[in-house]
Amino acid sequence: MDVAIIGASMTDFGQRDAWIRELLAEAGARCLDDAGVDPGEVDHLYVSNMASGEFEGQTGVMNALVADLGLAPAYAARIDQTSASGGAGTYAAWQSVASGASDATLLVGGEKMTHRTTGEATDVIASLTHPVEYKHGVTLPSFAGLAARHYLERYDAPRRSLAAVAVKNHRHGVDNPHAQFRKEISVETVLDSPIVADPLRLYDFCPITDGSAALLFCPADVAGEYADEYAVISGVAGATDTHVVHEREDPTTMRAVVDSGRDAFEMADRDPSEVDVAELHDMFTILELLQMEGLGFADPGRAWEQVEEGRTTRGGDLPINTSGGLKSKGHPLGATGVAQVYEIYRQVTGTAGPRQVPADVGLACNVGGFGNCVTTTIVEAR
Amino acid sequence: MAFEAHRCPNGHLTYPGHYLCPECGERQTDTVDLSDRTGTVVTWTTSTATPPGVREPNTLAIVAFELEEGTVRALGQCTTDEIETGDEVEPVLVEQLRDPGAGIRAEESQEWDGYRFDPTH
Repeated sequence: MDVAIIGASMTDFGQRDAWIRELLAEAGARCLDDAGVDPGEVDHLYVSNMASGEFEGQTGVMNALVADLGLAPAYAARIDQTSASGGAGTYAAWQSVASGASDATLLVGGEKMTHRTTGEATDVIASLTHPVEYKHGVTLPSFAGLAARHYLERYDAPRRSLAAVAVKNHRHGVDNPHAQFRKEISVETVLDSPIVADPLRLYDFCPITDGSAALLFCPADVAGEYADEYAVISGVAGATDTHVVHEREDPTTMRAVVDSGRDAFEMADRDPSEVDVAELHDMFTILELLQMEGLGFADPGRAWEQVEEGRTTRGGDLPINTSGGLKSKGHPLGATGVAQVYEIYRQVTGTAGPRQVPADVGLACNVGGFGNCVTTTIVEAR
Repeated sequence: MAFEAHRCPNGHLTYPGHYLCPECGERQTDTVDLSDRTGTVVTWTTSTATPPGVREPNTLAIVAFELEEGTVRALGQCTTDEIETGDEVEPVLVEQLRDPGAGIRAEESQEWDGYRFDPTH
């Protein structure tokens, strides 16, 4: 059964006064409204969230949201796949409708993080690592530093090409009213910012963010009853790589990106050249390049050239992160994968406003851990 | 504190060990001591935004150990911030790599001693 997306929403991303329950309810209610679906029609609810218990001491967020939106007796589950929880939630929502188990599935992703210090938030995220990594004080940013150095040294890529990713995504984010940062930056801004994980600097990293996003899924054959404009999930697939990052033979190959991308393309009967717009998981600038290569948009070691040539800007032939990406939009962990699909849905339904690019086929790639788990979703206009 | 790669009956090596070999699914039955060997720095970083209880700056490296059966890699802290890709390093035992009580992980759930990498030159 083909699965359609008939509604979407996202809250403002940034430093918010709201706590996790309010953030989820805000996005969820707006999404129901956008789709024209009554709360009583929802059969399944999935809440993508990494760590509300660790960040806030609020567990069971899916049941809280059932109550706050009046969804009972809908089936409800929380989906945790660390930073890829939103992609995993998209996969779960698709499965629920494709299997016939649900005729209307609401997916809400969210995270509340900014009340914690940067060090505390970094530690919550780093707790996904294996004990032999954690005891050395490794962080997700330090994995990025290790991968970035290897990439630059191995492929003789210039340091400024990583900065070009951040500059592009900040420029895109200016036109996203929900983005945490709506400010252009220059290559010099990036290269002059403080070192965080050498060779990467502050502006190579996404910020710490509060926010939520939501999507409404139903069988494609009834989507027209709810919405004039809707989109269909033509491909979705998840994959995993080693838990321990140093076990990988090549620190610059993201195996789970390669595997999930290949499977999603196969399911959609598409190839990378047919993708009009993509949202990639640029938690760190280097990740955008590694995903471009893993998904087949560029050959290994060559993605940086495409960024420098402008191919991935809004005016290029493969616009990447038209939303501003995690870099400027922000990265509320559980919300991110949902917000990526939100942007692709807006693009392929022609409702992206000033961010609009010509697009019938869009792709979102959501990465958890340092590539430990990945979901790739292909969304198409109908 | 051991610094050991783990080996299954089919000769596959991993560090750290796993319940079942990721290559073939057999139980890992053997170990290979890495603490008296030298390795080569594959890549490194100096992290300046470290979590509670972690030294700052924290220079980390991924080091490759070439064994008869193949290559095993390990990530670890370095004894110095002056490190380069390709450096030969040797493991040096440290009693406490970070303050076990400062982070989110349960102190009793894991070990906190381990090996830093020290350049041999």
